[in-house]
Amino acid sequence: MASEARQATADDLTPGGERRRDFLYVATAAFAGAGVVPVAWSLVNQMNPSADVLALASIDLDLSAVQPGQAIKASWRGKPIFARHLTPQEIADAKKVDIASLRDPQKLEDRTKAGNEQWLITLGVCTHLGCVPLGAADGEAKGDFGGYFCPCHGSHYDTAARIRKGPAPKNLEVPPYNFTSPTAVTIG
Amino acid sequence: MSFPWAKHYQPTSAVGKWMDERLPLPRFVYNALGPGYPTPKNLNAFYNFGVLAGVALVIQIITGVVLAMHFAADTRVAFDSVEHIMRDVNGGWMIRYMHAVGASFFFGVVYIHIFRGLYYGSYKPPREMLWMLGLVIFLLMMATAFMGYVLVWGQMSFWGAQVITGLFSALPVVGTSIQTWLLGGFSPDNATLNRFFSLHYLLPFVTFGVIILHVWALHIPGSNNPTGIDVKSEADTVPFHPYYTAKDFVGLGIYLIVFAAFVFFMPNSLGEPDNYIPANPLSTPAHIVPEWYFWPFYAILRAFTTDFLGVPAKLWGVIAMFASILLLFLLPWLDTSPVRSNNYRPLSRILFWVFVAVALALGVCGGAPAEEPWVRLSQVLTAYYFAHFLIILPIVSKLEKTKPLPGSISEAVLAKVGKGSGGAAPVAQPAE
Repeated sequence: MASEARQATADDLTPGGERRRDFLYVATAAFAGAGVVPVAWSLVNQMNPSADVLALASIDLDLSAVQPGQAIKASWRGKPIFARHLTPQEIADAKKVDIASLRDPQKLEDRTKAGNEQWLITLGVCTHLGCVPLGAADGEAKGDFGGYFCPCHGSHYDTAARIRKGPAPKNLEVPPYNFTSPTAVTIG
Repeated sequence: MSFPWAKHYQPTSAVGKWMDERLPLPRFVYNALGPGYPTPKNLNAFYNFGVLAGVALVIQIITGVVLAMHFAADTRVAFDSVEHIMRDVNGGWMIRYMHAVGASFFFGVVYIHIFRGLYYGSYKPPREMLWMLGLVIFLLMMATAFMGYVLVWGQMSFWGAQVITGLFSALPVVGTSIQTWLLGGFSPDNATLNRFFSLHYLLPFVTFGVIILHVWALHIPGSNNPTGIDVKSEADTVPFHPYYTAKDFVGLGIYLIVFAAFVFFMPNSLGEPDNYIPANPLSTPAHIVPEWYFWPFYAILRAFTTDFLGVPAKLWGVIAMFASILLLFLLPWLDTSPVRSNNYRPLSRILFWVFVAVALALGVCGGAPAEEPWVRLSQVLTAYYFAHFLIILPIVSKLEKTKPLPGSISEAVLAKVGKGSGGAAPVAQPAE
């Protein structure tokens, strides 16, 4: 404790049992830390998608030429998009499935737009490790469930592009899209 | 290790004396690699592979810097710039093949180096730090090789980048953000290629730095040896130079002959033909596999096909693949037997060769398509891989009855010479 005879110094204890010097140490370290964090963050953040990548706008797809049973591939954000015109048989097959038995339970209606149930638009990106499944082009293997088959690690998707067999955890993702006319959609 | 009998550096010239008093670099080299570094005299050919790995890294750095003078890291021209190197740049075909084949050879010698350490117990006290730094180098090598393979921007490059960054998306909550951050977008594209080029240039120099620590850590206890027993007297050692510098140069000569044979006569034998097809983001090759040196780990990744314990199969695979390497950091504490060398551990020696066979078989599975019987086989082998380190080794190292150790390295050498030549051969002693 500081005696009345000498001047108080930064080493003297306060009534709370701390030294005034402790505050200087903590404040300096905190200030240095507060400086390092934003510098480090800017060095990390430069690797996140840049403005031009984020600005990748929506794309328009014309579906008028796609016959039932056919699919087209398009590229959106560097990823393939599958737009498939389902046949009545494929729609029936998709509806027949017991939803509770699915790994990622979704009805066909959840995966298409009301009134345009014959248009199945999904990303062509396997939800396992991101390969492009086969089945969109003519003559490609469609897998055991008549939808898509991923050749990388053998995931099978059904006619609603739901995961049925293999290592993939989720159904093929449905991107955000809207019909601008009965045969045209805007994706993104 | 500076044993009491290590020779002392004496500058002979006036220039040497002048230098020694200001920056004793020659003294440092003398003590690290010269006559000032006594080394066990019984090191066999498997002790060449550390030097070979170092040379392999130097070959990669030199050819890599040269290739970077002609390569353009832009998705529109990357593939063509590699073909430009192959066709137009003077000797470019050879430098490119040296770099590509060199990566395979680098991994080849490092795998032998690692298995050498596993057999002779080179990870045991007091060499744990040496072992762990080696694993850090191994991880850096894998990251570097992966990013280098992407630069060519062929089909395997592109889809390898997609799949390997996809591994991170398996992590809960933050996974997708990490993948997007690594790619710089939503799929492998120009941003990915650009940053991989920068990091592929950086990491070999980081590796080089860790190698300096690795060699430093080696020089504290000194080299292990095939008997696994410590150096006891001067008779157990020879000075590193000229005895092991000469031996290492012989090994290096053989290595370079084999390396040249591959570069000149079968440069594509270790690669995937699909990487001669330019990257196509809309079509995946039917059978994508990584380079051969990743196959065992790829097999472990793919061995997990069903969800269990509430964790999805995809995440299990990723955890298992990373764990298969990170587990090795714990090895010095899993194998508690005081006997280092498997030469004196009869049971452990058998298990070592079983493990080598399992690792090779995992490699075969990783290179095969994801179909039966390969998937089932990789599941069994993966289970054994983890059991070997987590269950078998700890138990065996406690229960095993080891063979008697020789009294000294010298005694072991003399016993071997005696057996080999009827005891008549004079034993070479280093000239004093």
